[in-house]
Amino acid sequence: MKICVLVKEVPDAAVDKRIDPGTLRMDRSGEKNLNPFDTHALEEAMQVKEGKRGEAQVEEVVAVTMGPESAQRALHKAVSLGADRSVHLSDDALAGSDVCATGLALAQALKKESPDLVLLGQQSDDGECYTIGAVVADHLQMPSLTQVIKMDLNGSTLRCERQAEYGYDTVEIELPAVISVGDAINEPRYPSLKAIMGAKKKPLETLSIADAQIEASSVGEQGSRTQVLAVNPPPEKQSGTIIEDEDTNETVEKVLAWLEERKLV
Amino acid sequence: MPDILVYMLHDDAGVFNKNSLGALSEAAKLAGEIGGETAALVVGEIPDDACQALGAYGAKKVFRAKSVPEGLAQPIIDAMAKVIQDNGHSYVLFGGGLLGFEIGAGLTARLGAGVTMEVTEVHVREGKLVAMRPVLQDSAIAEVGYVGEPGIIIGRLNAFDAVERNGGSAEVVDVDVELSSWSTKAKMVQRGEQRGADVNIEDADVLVAGGRGLGEAEKFGLCDELADAFGGAVAATRAVVDAGWFPYAGQIGQTGKTVAPKLYIAAGISGAIQHKVGMQSSENIVAINKDPNAPIFEFCDLGIVGDLHKIMPKLTEAVKAKRDA
Repeated sequence: MKICVLVKEVPDAAVDKRIDPGTLRMDRSGEKNLNPFDTHALEEAMQVKEGKRGEAQVEEVVAVTMGPESAQRALHKAVSLGADRSVHLSDDALAGSDVCATGLALAQALKKESPDLVLLGQQSDDGECYTIGAVVADHLQMPSLTQVIKMDLNGSTLRCERQAEYGYDTVEIELPAVISVGDAINEPRYPSLKAIMGAKKKPLETLSIADAQIEASSVGEQGSRTQVLAVNPPPEKQSGTIIEDEDTNETVEKVLAWLEERKLV
Repeated sequence: MPDILVYMLHDDAGVFNKNSLGALSEAAKLAGEIGGETAALVVGEIPDDACQALGAYGAKKVFRAKSVPEGLAQPIIDAMAKVIQDNGHSYVLFGGGLLGFEIGAGLTARLGAGVTMEVTEVHVREGKLVAMRPVLQDSAIAEVGYVGEPGIIIGRLNAFDAVERNGGSAEVVDVDVELSSWSTKAKMVQRGEQRGADVNIEDADVLVAGGRGLGEAEKFGLCDELADAFGGAVAATRAVVDAGWFPYAGQIGQTGKTVAPKLYIAAGISGAIQHKVGMQSSENIVAINKDPNAPIFEFCDLGIVGDLHKIMPKLTEAVKAKRDA
């Protein structure tokens, strides 16, 4: 079987994120990290490949991303974490794609691979939370489940667990399927130095929209069905008091005084 | 007419979800402003009177797909797509929650429609709906409009309040839905299983909540002791519940409970949106975290940047001493 893992480069959590006031798009110039949730998806792919989720013959784990040239760094990280090769969908026409257009483009790139299982992180640090997996699944006409925290493979059936509105749900899904995973599903491994060094030697294929048979009119701004009209600061909220703990006794005194002032203790 | 369709989630007993009722109330208000009508969609064998009663929240019509199972998104996407295609709804609204995200996203693909998620408010501008969506960890609000129809709006948890409006009785319309081949390939084995001990966190005046920053399950003792000192209760984030450190009944956030105690102490919790939506109405929020960049420091009332393993035992002693005095 073949597993495709959707990955994404996101702004480093420690870097201030901003919206470009000219384009009203996220300023992606400072990006440098693989979306942390995607490392769980990659790890899960490796767990399946290593037979730890039930008997499985995995021929290949392929990391797939969409984004500008810099997004290749996410792919290098992905192959250093175990993916066998990677696919980079990159085209100027994709810039400004909303969820609708992004999902369509990724689905087209995935169609070329005919995966038996598509894994992705349940959310990205930069926004398109929860949705891309379900969009991609509908385009691929595959069953799908998001926020999965446990999965076991039995033949071509995947038994998944997740938390939903009323408690834990257990769901059985026939492959091929699209599964987005939560961070409780596993502890991602660290890449070895050798794997990091070898990452650039693993095959990386770059696809244009023509290569993926995507119409230019269905992606980018033209293909988007939402329009960001403005980006405003949130309503003023009085910012809280911050104490840096240097002397813990002093800190606790301050906290207690704060609590007493509000009659909370 | 610019009509709005709302998905009504229900549990196995047929009780409608509070967030769905909120979305229905919001849709009824918005439909009034744009000159349209509000309809609800329910799946499963929900009795006539329960459907009709949705009129009280503003539904004029209730589309009922009896043969479609509740709980998994894809069959419901089939049902909603059919109702929208047959009736030409201009907008689709979902209350917060996992299933709404999945259904809304699937509809986006199916109908080539625009979607906005985590929406906290919806405004009417020149007869059209504009969704307000916080972005970048709530540091900015994007105003999002739609190109073409329908526009799909997925609310943030608790964004919309359920309001009864004397709307009368809704008309019930049964719809036949043919499921897509891929919609039948996922099967619910068990729904809504409760795991772990029952804990009551909704009635506590003081809650001490623990997150991944505690480091390991055993460290929940720090929360227990501090909560005891206050006479309060202990709660947890989803991450540590999923990791098995704390029972599900004590989980706060998107898929857990929503609380608003007098004092909320967050220990080792980064404050991701999924957690924030379950506790942001607390009267006083105190956060202890070693990461000065943790989002929780942007919305807490008192933030302590430091090692909780050092701070919590001393704070517990100090609170005990104060209360014993």
